[in-house]
Amino acid sequence: MGMLSRSPWVIHYDGSSCNGCDIEVLAALMPRFDVERFGVVNTGNPKHADIFLLTGSINEQNKPVVLNIYNQMPEPKVVLAVGICATSGGIFRECYNVLGGADKVLPVDVYVPGCSVRPEAIIDAVVKGVGILEEKRAALRNNLKSAVSQA
Amino acid sequence: MNIFTGIAFVFLAPLLGGLVAGFDRKISARLQGRIGPPLFQPFYDVGKLLQKENLVVRKSQRLYMEFFLVLIILTGAIFFSGGDLLLVIFAFTMAGVFFALGGYKASSPYSFIGAQREVLQMMSYEPAVMLAAVGMYMVTGSFQVADIVAYPQPLIFKLPGLFLAFFFILPIKFRKSPFDLATSHHAHQELVKGITTEFSGRTLALIEIAHWYEYIFVLGIGYLFFASNVWLGLVMTLVIFELLLVVDNATARVRWQAMLGSAWVVALIAGGLNIIYLMLLRG
Repeated sequence: MGMLSRSPWVIHYDGSSCNGCDIEVLAALMPRFDVERFGVVNTGNPKHADIFLLTGSINEQNKPVVLNIYNQMPEPKVVLAVGICATSGGIFRECYNVLGGADKVLPVDVYVPGCSVRPEAIIDAVVKGVGILEEKRAALRNNLKSAVSQA
Repeated sequence: MNIFTGIAFVFLAPLLGGLVAGFDRKISARLQGRIGPPLFQPFYDVGKLLQKENLVVRKSQRLYMEFFLVLIILTGAIFFSGGDLLLVIFAFTMAGVFFALGGYKASSPYSFIGAQREVLQMMSYEPAVMLAAVGMYMVTGSFQVADIVAYPQPLIFKLPGLFLAFFFILPIKFRKSPFDLATSHHAHQELVKGITTEFSGRTLALIEIAHWYEYIFVLGIGYLFFASNVWLGLVMTLVIFELLLVVDNATARVRWQAMLGSAWVVALIAGGLNIIYLMLLRG
């Protein structure tokens, strides 16, 4: 197991969620579930984060914010769409102002449906995301090696 | 105390400091009713940061943090090889200045405010540290750390006020509540991450390692108050650290005015009375 999977730092952004999923994200940090057991830290800084945890659907207003956060995160990084709104738009899908799920603007790696998601599902998603993080790291390394050998 | 303990500090302090940081997170989690991360979590964090992309705002911002690390190592090396306490404090101040300059250099509003607060924190702890050095000189007759350690009685009996002042500023150096203004382990949303906002990847790992050195050095100053007996010193250092964690988890962050005011008042009243007492003692 690499270092990346032992200390995933998460940045949590609430797109336009009803706060249900956000409460569950906080519940995962609380004594009952305590995700810090796995080294997960909820950081407010995209430049320190490895995992982008997005709740709520995407609309015109939060689209630039989401992109801004994503672009400020250092590679390798993973996006989790948490809750049914973030995966597809959920019950707000038909609204005139809603673009849809997080995958309309970002490359989403893990989808976590649920309204609202349970903390167990969030922890499961982070564990999945950590696996993808390691894969991305290996891919970055290979890219670098091939670039060096070509040069 | 000789050159070898100084060299030992350079190599062992990051390991010990990382363990202290892990211990800190574990105990803090227990105080909050959580299980907490593994003891080696800080090492995993730094290992991960070394594998991440290094995003920079300005290329030179890393240089300041490298100076910070080098000066912290120098500070500790002089201290642990039994050198001059005044030189140690001077080198320590220089290290802090470079840390703050790095925050200013990154020139984002968050790291800028963080750096300003870091400077205020330095202003707050400086009097207590200086007075502690003066008090130790008045008791032992020497500024050399080696002579202070060799003093036959625990210094705490002669310097209770200065010890109180030192303990009061300890949360500043460990970046703990109530004085974790510049950057904090908790409450990550405030000021984003303060002075370290614009640092990521390898540079952030560097800062973490510098903080580990800093932890060991600051605990070393605490050890000086009980240095007459090695075991007493080690046990009391642990007790001080434990108390610090309880204070951290029991208090909320104060504003900088309260930090500066209270740190100076405690340093000048408790420390000042202590020094007057020592002067009377001398006759």
